[in-house]
Amino acid sequence: MAQMSMKSKKVKNEAVVSTTQLTKMQQLLRDKWLYFLLIPGALYFILFKYLPMWGVLIAFQDYSPFRGFWESEWVGAEHFLNFFQNPDFFRLLRNTLILALYDLVFFFPAPIIVALLLNELRRQYFKRTIQTLVYVPHFMSWVIIASITYIFLTTSGGAINAAVEFFTGEKINFLSNPDYFRPMIIAQVIWKETGWGTVIFLAALASVSAEQYEAAIMDGAGRFRRMWHVTLPALRSTIVILLILRLGNFLDQGFQQIFLMTNSLNRSVADVFDTYVYFVGITQGMFSYSTAVGLFKAIVGIILIYGADYLAKKMGQTGLF
Amino acid sequence: MHKMHNTSMGRVFDVFNHISLLLLGLSTFIPFVYVIAASFATEAEIAARPFFLVPETITLAAYEYIFSTNTFIRSIGVSVLVTVLGTVVSLLLTMTMAYPLSRHHLLGRNLILNLVVFTMVFNGGMIPTYMVVRSLGLLDSLWALILPVAINPFYLIIVKSFFQNLPTELEEAARIDGCSDMGVFWRIVIPLSKPVIATFTLFYAVFYWNDFFNALLYISDNAKWPVQLLLQQLMMVANVDFGEMDVMLQDPPEESLKMAVVVVATIPILIFYPFLQKHFAKGILLGSVKG
Repeated sequence: MAQMSMKSKKVKNEAVVSTTQLTKMQQLLRDKWLYFLLIPGALYFILFKYLPMWGVLIAFQDYSPFRGFWESEWVGAEHFLNFFQNPDFFRLLRNTLILALYDLVFFFPAPIIVALLLNELRRQYFKRTIQTLVYVPHFMSWVIIASITYIFLTTSGGAINAAVEFFTGEKINFLSNPDYFRPMIIAQVIWKETGWGTVIFLAALASVSAEQYEAAIMDGAGRFRRMWHVTLPALRSTIVILLILRLGNFLDQGFQQIFLMTNSLNRSVADVFDTYVYFVGITQGMFSYSTAVGLFKAIVGIILIYGADYLAKKMGQTGLF
Repeated sequence: MHKMHNTSMGRVFDVFNHISLLLLGLSTFIPFVYVIAASFATEAEIAARPFFLVPETITLAAYEYIFSTNTFIRSIGVSVLVTVLGTVVSLLLTMTMAYPLSRHHLLGRNLILNLVVFTMVFNGGMIPTYMVVRSLGLLDSLWALILPVAINPFYLIIVKSFFQNLPTELEEAARIDGCSDMGVFWRIVIPLSKPVIATFTLFYAVFYWNDFFNALLYISDNAKWPVQLLLQQLMMVANVDFGEMDVMLQDPPEESLKMAVVVVATIPILIFYPFLQKHFAKGILLGSVKG
């Protein structure tokens, strides 16, 4: 985004030309009200974004709240080494990667398929009604979604468990059995976000002209061939860019969602980096160690994002920035 | 497409397509209907029937109960206050910061933009942010639910692009009439930006209403819990002290009570849903226009 703005700067208008004749001081004075407007927002970024970036230095300390930042002892990379040697590290990495992979395989195609199906509807009122229905869960908080999941899955009177019991004769403890944790998380995401995920694909499909379909019909293409040869190619660049974006935040599993579905029985498969930071840092008070874990994840995240950006540009897309 | 001769294959597909989309639509919607129905049902019915869309006996017991407790009424008050105040603060900060950044001639503009974009890629993380909030004395203050998340950098960039694309004629005319940058911003730019303000009012309001995590982090005094956190504790921790009611009931209607809290926490979203659907789709498409 910033690069784009630099490009537009090259398109010089009169304001820029006159600017070059002023000294820097004169420019600052001329724009004093603009800088004044900038102050509150700048303060926000300094206080809540850049101050914490400096605060990650406690990852290299034995931070003690009583001694404070300046008095705490420096320990170098000790916390990082401890973390890498801790069996928790591989558990977290495994959980994160498996969830990310499940997400890619099971959730990612879902909005594409639904968008293709919606695109085949000819009755506009039917299409609009379905869209209105499937978008609803997107706007609900994860607390609401998790609550509804509890209500339906609980072994004491949940509708889904009643159905399971009716067909199989026994109940399944979805909420605490570790075997069901990952499918449950993916099912939740599919339920909450598939509908909304179609918006961007439907927008891409709106640009496909009717003539392309008519030409395909002339050539004798049936329903499925048109979907395959006209509709799907129209989605290709959107799919590619979304895949790349997904790669960029591969380690970001929905923190709130996982936190809400985690309990003492399924912790072994539920913990991911972010929830671990919360449990170790906030509830156990190990500030330095958990900051080190968070910093490790953030650095891998940066590498992934810039990698994804590089990939996007290589594939002829505009890039992420 | 309409003229094409439907093959029998195509017809089978059409039927299958309509049915599966209808099922999908119902599956996203029916759970809410059940929760609403159950909130009006008796405890006995919820225990006896695992699923229903209309309760046999309609009772307001759950609502009477939750609205008789200070805990619940206070949490709604906190949520409303944080949502309204937070949205105003966020809009003000986003607009006032986006405008200077939309002026190409501003010295240091690219540096500031790059610094903003960088925060989308990297941040200090949960613990250092927590420490900053704590050292500012914001723990257990409702400001902790607003200030640390006041500006969404994505929204800031989108608003900035919107300002950049505003027609310049009005602004130039105002300058000739002697308007300063401040005057142009408040009298020309803001009134021209009503649609974008409406969109981001909804974006921020939904965020604040739905947020529970910042409250979990920063608010330990349960008198200051927003309704989302209260619901989370009620559902997942199940040790919420609903005591100190004005009306003592012997047996609180436990299950329907949970349903009723879910309903109340959902209702504002459902009421504004028609606007949300319209503006959010627009927001997504705004977001795809890079600037």
